[in-house]
Amino acid sequence: MALDTFAPITALLVISVLVTFIILVISRIFGPHRPTTRKRAPYESGMKPIGPAVRRLPIKFYLIAVLFILFDIEVIFFLPWAVVFRDLGIYGLITMGVFLFILTVGLLYEWKSGALEWE
Amino acid sequence: MEQQCRDLINTLAACMVAGGTDPNLANLLSALLGVVLVATLPLVTVILLIWVERKFAARIQDRLGPNRVGPFGLLQSVADALKMLTKEDITPAGADRFIFNLAPIIAFAVVVLIWAVIPFTPLHVGSDLSVGILYFVGVGSIGAVKVMVAGWSSNNKYALLGAFRTIAQLVSYEVPMILALLIPVMMAGSMSMQDITRAQGGMWYIFASPLAFLIFFISNLAETGRAPFDLIEAESELVAGYNIEYSGFKFGMFMAGEFMHVFTVAVLTAVLFLGGWWGPGVEQIPALGFVYLGLKTMAVYFAMLLIRNTVPRFRIDQVMNFNWKFMVPLSIVVVLVQAFLMRITTSLGLAPNEAGDFVSNLPQTIVLLLGNLAIIAVVLNMIRNRGRQQRLADEAAAAHSDLAHPAGAPAGD
Repeated sequence: MALDTFAPITALLVISVLVTFIILVISRIFGPHRPTTRKRAPYESGMKPIGPAVRRLPIKFYLIAVLFILFDIEVIFFLPWAVVFRDLGIYGLITMGVFLFILTVGLLYEWKSGALEWE
Repeated sequence: MEQQCRDLINTLAACMVAGGTDPNLANLLSALLGVVLVATLPLVTVILLIWVERKFAARIQDRLGPNRVGPFGLLQSVADALKMLTKEDITPAGADRFIFNLAPIIAFAVVVLIWAVIPFTPLHVGSDLSVGILYFVGVGSIGAVKVMVAGWSSNNKYALLGAFRTIAQLVSYEVPMILALLIPVMMAGSMSMQDITRAQGGMWYIFASPLAFLIFFISNLAETGRAPFDLIEAESELVAGYNIEYSGFKFGMFMAGEFMHVFTVAVLTAVLFLGGWWGPGVEQIPALGFVYLGLKTMAVYFAMLLIRNTVPRFRIDQVMNFNWKFMVPLSIVVVLVQAFLMRITTSLGLAPNEAGDFVSNLPQTIVLLLGNLAIIAVVLNMIRNRGRQQRLADEAAAAHSDLAHPAGAPAGD
């Protein structure tokens, strides 16, 4: 059962990676390859690159990432609930309503404390 | 056996068994053939789509578009691909070579992988996963990984900054997208794409929940980096984002992946909200479903093209505010209201007992549609009130500054 459903996906993965890989190899063969120092320098609008490229990131991206992790995991919990929604009856509606309420309160708190402001 | 072998396209495995092949080998071969077809379809369509896209944009901008290579310029994309093959492939100094080369492969392969669970006809689907929706969410999320990998490994400040912004946008819009996906799952009671399509025989879900469709559509525009959410690229304002250091066909991979992603989400929208392969006569001739799915997909795709070519670009703060302060709360409300109304219709005995029957779907659809319209009315009213308050505040501020500095007085004396 599991093999039947996932074998095509595995085959698709292998085929798509293989096709991409072959195309990249072909372009490597047909394209010229004459690297110079200037060509290989990181692009910085024509200026000489200043300092390392990997540097500290603004805190707002970190906030978005935390928000995403919270919401995404909680939202994924909804999917199995949605599948059996009709069978769960009023009990399922109330429990998920409570869950969603807590989630919404969290969102409102973040909103009010300014975590969603993007300067 | 004779009976089973009547239709070669639909029952290849049975045919081969009838012809004396080992059953396991027959199954494997037919599955492999299906997979190759599924993998070829997006690769071929992307070549055509780039042409469609360029022609469409050209017509809107009062130009002719590509018309030199081949009939109507149809071979333009082929020429472009050949040109890209002969371009020099530069790896910047200080780049992490392995993951730098891995990123375009991820970008391309991920989009092809989504096609595995798309039901083309009642019989043809790459793999009818029972967790198809979850699979789509999971595979779709790898798109963010490709951006991070590409931006981080490039050893370029622009690439890294672009990657941060792109990921912030991608992960943010995933939340309302999944919430909107809950509604088809809830209505069909299954996560399998084939089951969801089959459950829409009587009524497409766009009629039962236009809001979920809109939320899914808009968040997909953002997920694929389409205008008005294309500040990832913003070709008239910035240098390119996370893919700035990529040249030659590696850049082509990113570009083709993006085009394919747009088409893929158009197919998914058609499957989840527009009834997939359903259409007149599809139960007699399953292959017709492919045509219907194509037509519906093109309708969604043209809506995306129209928006891309006519709507101005957002700023990054507008994009984030629009998501967290509008789309997420709205989608939570939609899910709650939809669940509540479905519970009520089930309790009242209005729920459809036959999913394929139009009439038995009607009461529930009308109730859900009214619920959606009520939400739309409330939201529009809230927006209007906020606009009015903003306007009054602006006018008050303007009047105040007019008093302080009367108009016509010479400035700076």
